[in-house]
Amino acid sequence: MDNKLHVSSSPHLHSGASTTKIMLDVIIALIPAGIMSVVLFGFRSVAVIFTCVLSCILFEYGFQKISKKPTTVCNLSAVVTGLLLAYNLPVGIPLWMAVIGCAAAIIVVKQCFGGIGQNFANPAIVGRIVMLVSFSSAMSTFPPTVFMADAVTTATPMQLLANDQTPDVLSLLWGNHQGTLGETCAIALIIGGLYLIIKRVISPVIPVCFMGSVFVMALIKSGFDINFAVCQLLSGGLILGAFFMATDYTTSPINFKGKIVFALGCGIITACIRFWANLPEGVSYAILLMNITVPLIERITTPRPFGWEGIKK
Amino acid sequence: MKIKTVLSPNGHVHGGAKVPHRKNTSEFKTEIMPTPSTVTIPMQMHIGAPCEPTVKVGDKVKIGDIIGDSQAFVSAPVHASVSGTVKSIIDFPAQNGGYIKAVVIESDGQNEVSDSIIEKTVTSAADLVSAARESGLVGLGGAGFPTHIKLSPKSDVRLDTLIINAAECEPYITTDYRECMENSEDILGGIYLVKKHLSIKNVYIAIEDNKPLAIKLLAEKISAMRSEEGEPIRIVKLKSRYPQGAEKVLIQAVTKRKVPSGCLPADVGCIVMNVTSVALLHRFIKTGMPLVNKRITVDGSAINQPKNLLVPIGTSVSDIIEFCNGCKSIPGKIIMGGPMMGMAQPNLLPVIQKQNNAVLILNKADATKKEESACIRCGRCVSACPMNLMPTLIERLASINDVESLDRIGVTVCMECGCCAFNCPASRPLVQYMRNAKAVYRKGIKK
Ligand code: SF4
Ligand code: SF4
Repeated sequence: MDNKLHVSSSPHLHSGASTTKIMLDVIIALIPAGIMSVVLFGFRSVAVIFTCVLSCILFEYGFQKISKKPTTVCNLSAVVTGLLLAYNLPVGIPLWMAVIGCAAAIIVVKQCFGGIGQNFANPAIVGRIVMLVSFSSAMSTFPPTVFMADAVTTATPMQLLANDQTPDVLSLLWGNHQGTLGETCAIALIIGGLYLIIKRVISPVIPVCFMGSVFVMALIKSGFDINFAVCQLLSGGLILGAFFMATDYTTSPINFKGKIVFALGCGIITACIRFWANLPEGVSYAILLMNITVPLIERITTPRPFGWEGIKK
Repeated sequence: MKIKTVLSPNGHVHGGAKVPHRKNTSEFKTEIMPTPSTVTIPMQMHIGAPCEPTVKVGDKVKIGDIIGDSQAFVSAPVHASVSGTVKSIIDFPAQNGGYIKAVVIESDGQNEVSDSIIEKTVTSAADLVSAARESGLVGLGGAGFPTHIKLSPKSDVRLDTLIINAAECEPYITTDYRECMENSEDILGGIYLVKKHLSIKNVYIAIEDNKPLAIKLLAEKISAMRSEEGEPIRIVKLKSRYPQGAEKVLIQAVTKRKVPSGCLPADVGCIVMNVTSVALLHRFIKTGMPLVNKRITVDGSAINQPKNLLVPIGTSVSDIIEFCNGCKSIPGKIIMGGPMMGMAQPNLLPVIQKQNNAVLILNKADATKKEESACIRCGRCVSACPMNLMPTLIERLASINDVESLDRIGVTVCMECGCCAFNCPASRPLVQYMRNAKAVYRKGIKK
């Protein structure tokens, strides 16, 4: 009997948290926005979401099989990447393009850098940016929602804002405006984000600082026009980005102070791109840029160990 | 004067873990275990220099006789816990690895008490310190730091605060709670002794709020005693959160003072004593009986009858399991101590030492850990660390031998409390990685 005793390092208790459970929570949090995308854009959005999720899973599984690494598809992180990428695409995107985006996200960004926890940038964001660069017209053609008369508008709220027009706040809230699949319905995204915060999957620091800084910058830019700032907050990919993309564990700092710096950086860059660059939308680029600085941020914001006050190190 | 109950901790302590309480044995009165046929008493059950046996094979010993001692300042004598004959002196596997000399005594079943066991008189701080040394007392909370050293701080520090640690934040363990319930008079007696002779101003009994009965009982006893003595003893009710009982965390929670890294509690004017230690000190002075037996909690999913037991030091785990009616399923893991910081043992040989307070017998299901997977950088280990460290980063730095960075981010501050590993969704054995990292660091700075 003796030799069958386990000898392992303390602690001998575990909280029960697991990577799979966390990813499942993220998927649950993304469901409301997914449902709204079907309501707003019709069943084609199901096809896009399905294609992305499936190809992400297959790419991950295939890559790990070919490179003879243990398969980690069961941890559901590929599903999350697929969902996030799908939510960042216009509903009319040709499906083969979505597959290419997924390949970029999973194979190039995630697996080539060593799999989960190792990638330097958010896979879904890189996937999206690759697609933006390669298929710019398909990526910027946004069909109207099913609730809009075809002729009403041809501009996304971001384009409106860039032309000094203000979109209608109510339709921004429930998503009746043009945009990518999953970014339009602010309420659904906020519900999902709150779920993640309540389940302690993410800390509120990043979304609050990210959106807060965009809001403040918008106030300053517009000379304290609240309406303009609120529209900035609710439009484009900001909410989706702040709750779901910037909070990606691997590509955001793991310490409290680092998170603040990172999120403020995201917010300020987003605002700069939106207000002064020649692009209507900047969330993806902002997050990508800040992703790259994460090791640096962590280095300069390393918490001071207990009892190191006053000790020179 | 009024008894003050501090309802919430003064200082905010970062991190920690919400561990399950599992205090199944809290209302189990202490049972006295019959003397086992042999005891094996290790010569080192404390931090510091090991003792040398002062007895030879064949010697007759009685309970309380010194069987091991050392000239070194940081050490604590070892006493016989049964009466009988010294059978052998062996090299015995230590609980944390390595080997240590141990005296094996065969009991004669008479439980004769040594003639040296007489009441002590203490009239000064020096008397108190020498009594503490004679009693063989060490920090009973788990660390095993000799008590007489704690009571004799360097001349340049001014002690003003005594904190009695009754937090008992580890799951399962209820021995300190039983001490509060069964020996509250000795606890208060010990407190007054230390307070008087070291002229300490503030005394706090720190206890987690999941022990309301003990809090009530102690408060009653304190108010009954307060007319005799001056300043009141305050009870600090701590929020139940692991690791409230860790010395540095406790000092911060109670006094808001932070013990600088590499310093002792005395450097911020505090002494922290475990409740059982302080009670034992009082009992020693009252009766002269040194530390020869220890209350331990026997629990875990595989044991038939969980108990609180008073056992002679040196009793083997297998004797204890037998007394608790054996196991109801095949044991998968034996832990000396609590589940968060205790050591898993490879067999049933280990014996109860002074600083042990629990033996946990887990079944196969509880014993197996989930396999570790890749770190997802979720940051839970960072936010859980009460010492403000970044365990996952430390793990990585150690793997690439970056001694300089390990120094910068404070690897040595880690107290191996286990909060990081408890919370890690990837089930990484972070405490082990922290130990490795410390080893890498120590090797690196020697060069
Ligand atoms: S808790 Fe585990 S998975 Fe999360 S950052 Fe720490 S080591 Fe990585
Ligand atoms: S790093 Fe050390 S001190 Fe921090 S939680 Fe882990 S074991 Fe505890």
